[in-house]
Amino acid sequence: MNALYSLLFVFLLVLIPLFGVGAAHMKTFFGVCVPTTAMIIFVVGFVWKMLKWARCAVPFRIPTTGGQQQAYDTTMFKQNKWDNPSTGAQTFVRMLLEVFAFRSLFRNTKVSLHQVDGKPVVAYRSNKWLWLFAIVFHYSFFIVALRHLRLFLEPIPFFLHGLEFVDGILQIGAPVMYLTDVGIVAGLLFLAARRLYDSKIRYISLVTDFFPVFLILSVALSGIYMRYFAKVDVIAIKELTMGLVTFHYHIPEGIGTAFYVHVFLVSTLMVYFPFSKLMHMGGVFLSPTRNLPNDTRIRHHENPWNPDIKPHAYADYEKEFGPAMAEAGLPLDNPENAKSAE
Amino acid sequence: MSDIPKADELFKSIDYNPPATGWMETPVDFSPGHWCYPGKVEKVQYMMDKIPGVFGNPREWSPDQADWKLPPNWKEIVMNGFRERLHKYRSLQVFMDICVRCGACADKCHFFIGSGDPKNMPVLRAELMRSIYRGEFTLAGKILSKLTGSRVMTEDVLKEWFIYFYQCTECRRCSLFCPYGIDTAEITMMARELMHLVGLNINWIMEPVSNCNMTGNHLGIQPHAFKDIVDFMVDDIEEVTGRKVKAPLNEKGHEIIFITPSGDVFADPGIYTFMGYLMLFDYLDLDYTMSTYASEGGNFGLFTNSEAMKKLNAKMYAETNRLGCKWILGGECGHMWRVINQYMDTMNGNLQGSQMTTPKSPITGTVFENSAATKMVHITEFTADLIKHDKLRLDPSRNDHLTVTFHDSCNPARAMGLLEEPRYVLKAVCNNYVEMPRGTTREETFCCAGGSGLNTEEIMEIRLRGGLPRGNALRYVQDKNNVNVMACICAIDRATLVPLADYWAPGVTIAGVHELVGNALVFEEGEERTMDLRQEPLPGFEDEDDNWTPPNMEDA
Ligand code: SF4
Ligand code: SF4
Repeated sequence: MNALYSLLFVFLLVLIPLFGVGAAHMKTFFGVCVPTTAMIIFVVGFVWKMLKWARCAVPFRIPTTGGQQQAYDTTMFKQNKWDNPSTGAQTFVRMLLEVFAFRSLFRNTKVSLHQVDGKPVVAYRSNKWLWLFAIVFHYSFFIVALRHLRLFLEPIPFFLHGLEFVDGILQIGAPVMYLTDVGIVAGLLFLAARRLYDSKIRYISLVTDFFPVFLILSVALSGIYMRYFAKVDVIAIKELTMGLVTFHYHIPEGIGTAFYVHVFLVSTLMVYFPFSKLMHMGGVFLSPTRNLPNDTRIRHHENPWNPDIKPHAYADYEKEFGPAMAEAGLPLDNPENAKSAE
Repeated sequence: MSDIPKADELFKSIDYNPPATGWMETPVDFSPGHWCYPGKVEKVQYMMDKIPGVFGNPREWSPDQADWKLPPNWKEIVMNGFRERLHKYRSLQVFMDICVRCGACADKCHFFIGSGDPKNMPVLRAELMRSIYRGEFTLAGKILSKLTGSRVMTEDVLKEWFIYFYQCTECRRCSLFCPYGIDTAEITMMARELMHLVGLNINWIMEPVSNCNMTGNHLGIQPHAFKDIVDFMVDDIEEVTGRKVKAPLNEKGHEIIFITPSGDVFADPGIYTFMGYLMLFDYLDLDYTMSTYASEGGNFGLFTNSEAMKKLNAKMYAETNRLGCKWILGGECGHMWRVINQYMDTMNGNLQGSQMTTPKSPITGTVFENSAATKMVHITEFTADLIKHDKLRLDPSRNDHLTVTFHDSCNPARAMGLLEEPRYVLKAVCNNYVEMPRGTTREETFCCAGGSGLNTEEIMEIRLRGGLPRGNALRYVQDKNNVNVMACICAIDRATLVPLADYWAPGVTIAGVHELVGNALVFEEGEERTMDLRQEPLPGFEDEDDNWTPPNMEDA
């Protein structure tokens, strides 16, 4: 049900520019106003969200440790530096691995129940599919986004040429098929299928889980359609995009409606981004279980709101239990306490 | 315990397919057995008086009744507390915002694995709170409620929190697997803080907390009784070894103060571990003392709120200063070490007296630089260091009747990374050591299902279900390698793993690491022992007449 709603939403989103440009000829609106506004909302929203998190206190260091600690004798017990870091540099590496290699997800296992010789057996096996498709999707998306820079930069920097060359290295079809175009679609289809197919994941999936998948899929598909099937006028599009970044707004002729649909979907994504779970992109950097070294036993840290709380005083304790303590032969600070309080 | 199904029946009843109704529509089971008994009025009142503002609403109530007798403005209290904590804890704010519901954590929780209840999937447990966050604190949630998985705070939601946040042992296994490190244990801690504000608590937490504050230990053992128990154990040690060991209490002017969970002092099998400590210290002629005032290492405050945690923890430094000790040696305990490693210095570092120094072993001269801030060393670190420097005469063959495996307690494993030290000690004191299967040990270890104050009888079925992953791994090495002892470094484990093993791997007993150290320790040249610390005959001495009952077992 949630998946259907989401699909429906995305269809509606496609229809808006289709009519807006096709029937109502609102090219400036969809070519300039919408993407510019969306970009502003994206940037402001992203920054606002990061600041909102950054303003929260981090009273305690609570890294989840995934391996041996820094021992008192490092030769006896080898520290697992990347999973249980104790210095800033080690923590930095942990974060790199987390952000660029999805290391925690790489650990993923799957549990299953069996009967072997009539006895219960709980089995765990490594399960890297989610990791694999998540990696494929995220990297594809990232490279696709980078490739788009060619539309916003003049001259086109050399690394973009290199990137495009590698991305199209298989030399299939004309225009050359990009690997990342396949990757992003394959990744998204897997993520969507998993949500529908695995009953546990389906149970926890909300509209806000399906919607971004379908939205990004529609972005990708509309882009692919433009490149491989509609074969849009890239020169004209670049004229428009360069206009956007240099603030010389200009709508060239001959850009098909498909382009406006694509731009509108991308704009929707940008607006949606800071207010949704997609902000995990920024949040992953701020997760206190990952971005802090496990060093609270080694170095002092301040809790900015540390309340003033004292322990139950020993003097009171001795007052209360003094007579019994004296009788048991336990030493007293104040001999007076040996007498019972009547 | 009679109505608990047999192990294989229970196993067959587990179904990982969620119910047909959405989770917001699926009612919660409030029948007895699904919840722990609420805190006694006087215990809640006591803590309310001691720490203003974080405990509330002491009253008689029962979860199976419709009326939970909440204060009329309960919603305001809970929501204000929620808002406040979003600012005080970046963890909470970030964890509320960035979960993508990928489900990587779903089958990592022992309670889910053993029950199949979808609300025990860490992601959904957190959603119970997150849905309120979205509904009450975000704009999108307010507008699109149902579609964004949002809802408003109602009494039913709060009741659901009570059931499921007291069905999480704060073991952090889910956090290890989450791509963003979302720690459901942290969310559980926050939810519990909020529930304490309106007096939703359980007695197995409230009573220990108030006892720890008043008497120093969670059972409320008064100082003279504490001394009696320790004396009994000294006698028991003499019975086994022929040696009368020292057991200094509340003495000033020693270098080291030793603090261990009080579970080691009173409960079987923890007492054998405690005897192991006493023997080790006596062997070393260690300059140390214990304390009745700081006679609880385990920090039950961790299961209520950070204020109570701080208050109970502060006793350690207060007593160290009063007795003039230089540093603290800590016994085998899980939550105690979570608090010591991650919270202690931050909360209470300013209470350290100027006489305190970075711990240095008086026997080997090793300086424990890795505890320079807290000034507190874990006993397995201390003992491993002794063994490395060949300071202990050990006869591991005294443990030859045992085939031992090691259960990593969640807290030292996932909040510290204390993984190798206990193994090093174990391998030195026993000849037969076996690891449980991969995926169930070290950082991936499974909880005993009774941590965070849930080791109480009335929820035994839930505990046994949650104990399935650990119990099954144990059964595996029992069948394959004839393992008959599971060692651990946690007092709660020593209490909770016993029924768990009886149920899932009958025949395996539970021991602390230092119990096995005590068995192996050779006091004098040519010394002969005929029994281990449990007064069970050692191999070759089975025929000895043995019908003696330890005197301290009567009230245990
Ligand atoms: S693994 Fe993390 S992100 Fe994924 S569902 Fe669980 S808590 Fe959410
Ligand atoms: S902290 Fe442990 S008990 Fe709680 S949800 Fe996570 S895995 Fe389950």
